[in-house]
Amino acid sequence: MNDTKPSMLWPVAIRWRAPRTVVAVTIIALLAVLPMIASALESSYYVSFSTRILIYALASIGLNFILGFGGMVSLGHAMYVLLGAYAVAIPSSHGVTSGFIHVALAVGVCVPLAAGLGAVALRTSGIAFIMITLAFAQMLYFGAVSLKDYGGDDGLTIPARSTLGGLDLATNTTLYYVAFVTVLVALYLSWRAVLSPFGLVLRASRSNPRRATALGHPIFRYQLAAYVASAVVCAIAGVLLANLTLFASPAYGAWTLSGELIVIVILGGLGTVFGPVVGAIILLALEETLPTLVEATLPDYKSNWMLLLGLFIFFVALLLKRGVFGSLPASARSERAEP
Amino acid sequence: MSALITHSLVKRFGGVLATDRVSLTVEPGELHAIIGPNGAGKSTLIGQLAGEIASDSGSVRILGTDVTHMPTHKRAQLGLARTYQVTQLAKEFTALDNVLLAVNARAAHNFRFWSNAHHDTAAMQKAKAALATVGMSHLHHAEVGTLAHGEQRQLEIAMALATAPKLLLLDEPLAGMSQGESSGIIALLQSLKGRYPMLLVEHDMEAVFALADRVSVLVYGRIIATDTPDRIRENAEVRAAYLGEEV
Amino acid sequence: MTLQLALSQLLNGLQLGVLLFLLAAGLTLVFGIMSFVNLAHGSLYMLGAYFGAAAFAKTDSFLLAIIAAVVGAGLVGLLLDRFALTKLYARDHLDQVLATFGLILFFNELIRIIWGPASVFISAPKLLDGTIDIGGFTYPSYRLAIIAAGLAVALGLYLLIQKTRVGMLIRAGATHANMVAALGVNIKWLNTLVFALGAALAGLAGVMAGPIVSVQPGMGEPVLILTLVVIIIGGLGSIRGAFFAALLVGVVDTLGRAFMPTIMRSLLERSTADAAGPALASMLIYLFMAVVLAVKPQGLFPANVAAAR
Repeated sequence: MNDTKPSMLWPVAIRWRAPRTVVAVTIIALLAVLPMIASALESSYYVSFSTRILIYALASIGLNFILGFGGMVSLGHAMYVLLGAYAVAIPSSHGVTSGFIHVALAVGVCVPLAAGLGAVALRTSGIAFIMITLAFAQMLYFGAVSLKDYGGDDGLTIPARSTLGGLDLATNTTLYYVAFVTVLVALYLSWRAVLSPFGLVLRASRSNPRRATALGHPIFRYQLAAYVASAVVCAIAGVLLANLTLFASPAYGAWTLSGELIVIVILGGLGTVFGPVVGAIILLALEETLPTLVEATLPDYKSNWMLLLGLFIFFVALLLKRGVFGSLPASARSERAEP
Repeated sequence: MSALITHSLVKRFGGVLATDRVSLTVEPGELHAIIGPNGAGKSTLIGQLAGEIASDSGSVRILGTDVTHMPTHKRAQLGLARTYQVTQLAKEFTALDNVLLAVNARAAHNFRFWSNAHHDTAAMQKAKAALATVGMSHLHHAEVGTLAHGEQRQLEIAMALATAPKLLLLDEPLAGMSQGESSGIIALLQSLKGRYPMLLVEHDMEAVFALADRVSVLVYGRIIATDTPDRIRENAEVRAAYLGEEV
Repeated sequence: MTLQLALSQLLNGLQLGVLLFLLAAGLTLVFGIMSFVNLAHGSLYMLGAYFGAAAFAKTDSFLLAIIAAVVGAGLVGLLLDRFALTKLYARDHLDQVLATFGLILFFNELIRIIWGPASVFISAPKLLDGTIDIGGFTYPSYRLAIIAAGLAVALGLYLLIQKTRVGMLIRAGATHANMVAALGVNIKWLNTLVFALGAALAGLAGVMAGPIVSVQPGMGEPVLILTLVVIIIGGLGSIRGAFFAALLVGVVDTLGRAFMPTIMRSLLERSTADAAGPALASMLIYLFMAVVLAVKPQGLFPANVAAAR
């Protein structure tokens, strides 16, 4: 199949025979039919599990925008997931179940909050920026813990899933497809944004901020805008997560979750749009299978499987330069120069 | 109106007086070169002109506007373009993308998220034209990391030109270049002479005397002489300052 | 609010501050000299507490516990630097964040395997088991001893950094790492020294905190984050900054938690105050950090010049 030229729909030429395209399209296709496969296998568990993967992928797509393309290492993005989750839980506890209100609340609180926190954090860079984002996330975490009327440390159960017009999110498959479509939309939008003039400045602010500034770009504005956009994506992931688990807890804003999101982005491949999806699949699959593996081989240590996860993450950081998806060639073999 | 006027710029780093009451101008269409022995404070001076270093006292005016307290990007928007002594490029970008970044810096804003940056025909034209001016049309899609040192320096000049500048600040553009590469750049600068006011900091004396309309000599942060190239060559104080170095 | 309460909370704040300083001093040097983001610093604190508790369980001597903690944590730091982390020093901060994040998980689990998930016990030395009485004001002797010990270590560090050749190299490395290397100093050796020293200090903080906190897996991370706040407020690479910021953070956090609910109640109506009080108290130190950053992004006492990378 030959390359598709850029058009209204596609911002660049699609190289259908490139390994990256093949893998991405395959994964999307498989995800599209997964619920049908699951029902054929009479296992509804995989639908919930895959919804979880999609939600983590969504949050990671948001993070990837500023991390992979903007070079901003935020160790606190889970706080926006937390925000999204409570944007569902708190209204629900008062009987407000409209999904539209939940999303509006999540976005409506997220934008000014992210703008404020981002504006302060972006006054620094490098190590300081990393630490400040972590500290802000802790701040929100404690804020959630102190919500005694809304579960505090124990979290808040949500009586029912959000109502979204005609869609019945109570059905697992419907929730799955809502998450799936959201991920597709997020992928498409971030793809366009990365290739746009905005994306050019954002990527330049990662590659050589001094140069971008010297040319006349006020990079702070672009970084802040990207930061807020990525926060909103995480907040929406939080809304979905609360719907999936029917639970909201301060733990959703724990720095360990922020860490997991970073692992996913790097595992997939920094600087790729589709990487987070691959990373989410790999990490969550690993977190599912490691305990079983350890139980089978060293049953005494079955609750200590995270030791292996820790080592895995350590070696990913040390050895995996471009991520799993990022290591795939972006062009077809015939286009690459023969060695 | 002078393109650049500095008045009594002073900069101290701890106990060291890096810039000692420097006053100079760059007139429209002229190429004003700054020379000086190592450690004279040339980079510090450029830093203050570009806005990356804050002066302790004194003022800088670009095209009539007082920019002494203006951040770098605002000075660039006024028309200041600079090249760096140590090349500053977006290394992961292609040559074309670097120049496109420069072109887009002149747009009112870059908050366009939907269309592909490469589909902006007007901007792409300007970028390609700038690359053509420096003779790099064949290297559009080369990733900067793969370019030779000389080509990277040319790219910096292309980027400076792509911003439609009103004042060029060139910080040792010939640094680290081979003889062949140097003559290429000198020819390029020769072709730009008169079209843009330029402040050129250089070590390469051959280039300086071939290009400059006026030369200022910076020693220990102080300008000891400003004159035409020939008279600077004859200046006793200048010769003494260079003690053994070729003038 | 009595004077006893106010004074003892103030001293509690100083005690927390002193422990935070021990952690921050080492970490700020690692950040400043090696530009290395070490999230596993909290794990070294935890290891110190556990080594100390293990030694105490075997020998009933707090002194031996301290030695075990300091030497043990320092040794782990040395081994980590030599065998696991050297390759990471040249890498992106992102890779460092990820790698040390993995190490946190690893160490927490390792501790769980060796000592189990429940908290272990270490008690203050008998000598310091009571309270001190100064003209009617009583305060636990052990906590006072922590303050004294911490200040002593701070003094020792000051002398080391300001008056010895090694200290001069460390100071130079904090602001001009490239220069130090160019001068022919074995930068690898200096890095290892800084890292191990930081680890030893963290271990000391861990064992000293042992009797008054819960020694359990995961105890390092909350403290780590507070330490990061200290370093941000103080300024990366600045030990002086770490000292003042640590005391400031310790006092503000402690006093905030103790008195914010009361203050809220006098300002707002009861139910709002009861909700807002604890929330504001725990968030107070981060808000304080945000304010400092808004005004002085490089921290209150930045180590001069090009440290912030």
